[in-house]
Amino acid sequence: MHTDDAEKMRNPRILMCPPDYYGIEYEINPWMSRSRGSIPDRAQQQWKNLYETLVGLGVQVELMTPQPGLPDLVFTANAGVVVHQRFFSSRFRHGVRARETPYFDAWFAGHGFTVEQLPADVFFEGAGDALFCGPILFAGYRIRSDVGGHQYLGKILRKLVLPLELVDPRFYHLDTCFCPLAPGEAIYYPAAFDAYGCKVLQSHIPRLLAVNKDEAIRFGSNAVVVDKTVILNTGCEKLAEDLRSWGYQTIAVELDEFLKAGGSAKCLTLRLDGEEAAVWD
Amino acid sequence: MSKPIQIASTGSGFVEEVELEGHIVDSLLLPKVLDEILTHGGSYLLKEIRIGLKQADPSYARIEVRADNADRLQEILDAIHDHGAVPVATADCAYQEADMDGAFPEGFYSSTNYRTQVRLGGEWIDVEDQEMDCGILLDPEGGAARCHPMASVKKGDRIVVGRQGLRVFPAETLPRQSLFEFMNSSVSSEKPKGVTVREIAATMKRTRAAGEKMLAVLGPAVVHTGSGEHISALIRMGYLNVLFAGNALATHDIEQALYGTSLGVSLERGLPAEEGHEHHLRAINTIRRQGSIKNAVAKGVLKSGIMYECISHGIPFVLAGSIRDDGPLPEVITDMLEAQQQMREHIRGVGFALMIATALHAIATGNLLPAWVKVTCVDINPATVTKLADRGSHQTVGIVTDAEPFLRALVTELNSP
Repeated sequence: MHTDDAEKMRNPRILMCPPDYYGIEYEINPWMSRSRGSIPDRAQQQWKNLYETLVGLGVQVELMTPQPGLPDLVFTANAGVVVHQRFFSSRFRHGVRARETPYFDAWFAGHGFTVEQLPADVFFEGAGDALFCGPILFAGYRIRSDVGGHQYLGKILRKLVLPLELVDPRFYHLDTCFCPLAPGEAIYYPAAFDAYGCKVLQSHIPRLLAVNKDEAIRFGSNAVVVDKTVILNTGCEKLAEDLRSWGYQTIAVELDEFLKAGGSAKCLTLRLDGEEAAVWD
Repeated sequence: MSKPIQIASTGSGFVEEVELEGHIVDSLLLPKVLDEILTHGGSYLLKEIRIGLKQADPSYARIEVRADNADRLQEILDAIHDHGAVPVATADCAYQEADMDGAFPEGFYSSTNYRTQVRLGGEWIDVEDQEMDCGILLDPEGGAARCHPMASVKKGDRIVVGRQGLRVFPAETLPRQSLFEFMNSSVSSEKPKGVTVREIAATMKRTRAAGEKMLAVLGPAVVHTGSGEHISALIRMGYLNVLFAGNALATHDIEQALYGTSLGVSLERGLPAEEGHEHHLRAINTIRRQGSIKNAVAKGVLKSGIMYECISHGIPFVLAGSIRDDGPLPEVITDMLEAQQQMREHIRGVGFALMIATALHAIATGNLLPAWVKVTCVDINPATVTKLADRGSHQTVGIVTDAEPFLRALVTELNSP
């Protein structure tokens, strides 16, 4: 349990990486097409808007140093999973992203975190596929992460881990189709899960907000939650309206340049002090 | 060599054990994996399950996955692997070379009569010649394993040690189909014989239709009770393919053929014949003078009876001697290890064994048979039937009765359409 929610509200901390070397240099998900490259200036501007929105909400944003040749280092959510001062480093499925790991590990080691590795025989893509909602760690598997890695994490952390199979390659990470808002409250896109996954979500999260197909494709579920504010991509008006009816403020930030790589607000950030919805012992 | 897997008719012969660990109940991973197995045309057996007591505790399941062919099994294993079901970590079986003739290395694996597989080069292979109380001999080329009796060990033989890389399939997991599954405790003089005999006859018909051999193991009471003619009928009808017995059965059978008596008692009149106690010894002497039972048949000296029918119909027999034997008859094997070995050779391909009125030979044969061979044991003494049933076979039907009425009823049933 967060010992002092008020304190966390005052000082949420998020890791980001400027998009200096961001671009579509390879294709590892259905969104990426090298023939549809990103426009660097627009990407810079959109990223800056997100950064400033977060800073404006009182978030302490930590910045990594961008690295040439690592276009996706900008998606810090995939660095690993943070639990208190422990950083469980990712084991990327694709070699092109595995090259990011030394930089993430170095940053966390240099900022007071204990860097821990998962067994070598599993793939594990960090907070992209592992999100706390209350005390339960929900984990997406099959497309990028292996279920074995999540079960291992559950054992180490002594926490309930519920692996959910991802069945639509467009929603290749859990954070592209599921966003915890608060303990017992989350956004999800049902069609990204199989029947078992939907049932597991429905039976463990009392309030679920389903996003429609059009807004799921706009990556509405790939949102950042800061206290009672939800930052999400533009073009998700229905979701924003629903969130407001649930008592949240919403801020739309256009992040289309990052959608070209299969990422949006959530992918561009990694919460260092625990997501709003997370309840840790 | 024979393939026990085919004789075993286990239904689903291709098997792999997988483990699933973690929060497999709340996450519905366990039901999902089980559903996947069924959807892909396999079946499963939950061998072990431990449920976490607190919400954060992981659970554990060990699942035996079965399929009717290797490709399907692989397809299932691939499908469930992504959900975290991984094959139970196994290594190849370990072996040691025998350091002397006639004894296993210390720590040898002692076999059961259940279907057994060893892991060699990452593959599970069936152990051939399945037999209890043996060791397992590995082929020096690799890729084959079989049960091997202690006395046959030669220095340098590769003998399996320990339990690593071994798996045994107890009879409980075999599909249950007939009398031989549910009447395994029918060792009682008070069970309805008519139904039992009918089921046994049906089993014998199925065995013959399946091209498997039928073995009879007979004691001398078969002749004493006047059942010799029923056995002869079984041979003529093609329901008996191998015979195991001792000196006594053959002696009294021949005594009856030559003198009409069994142990000196007239089988026609039921009364002791004059000088009848000498008949069996004279019968043995007659055969010994011919050199063999086979010669006696060839020369027209022996013209009826069980042994005559065996020789006339080319039915192989093993006559194993004992310490109290008179004579014995020339074909009686007095070297017990040699007798055992010959019995082993004739057991291959046997699908059904009928054991009547003999404790010694029935138990000796029971020790050699794999558990999946169906056995009917008929004896007037319940202890004999129980002893055989206790050998661990779940496919033994015991009947406490006199041999003659049983055999008469059996022949009648087999003759009925």
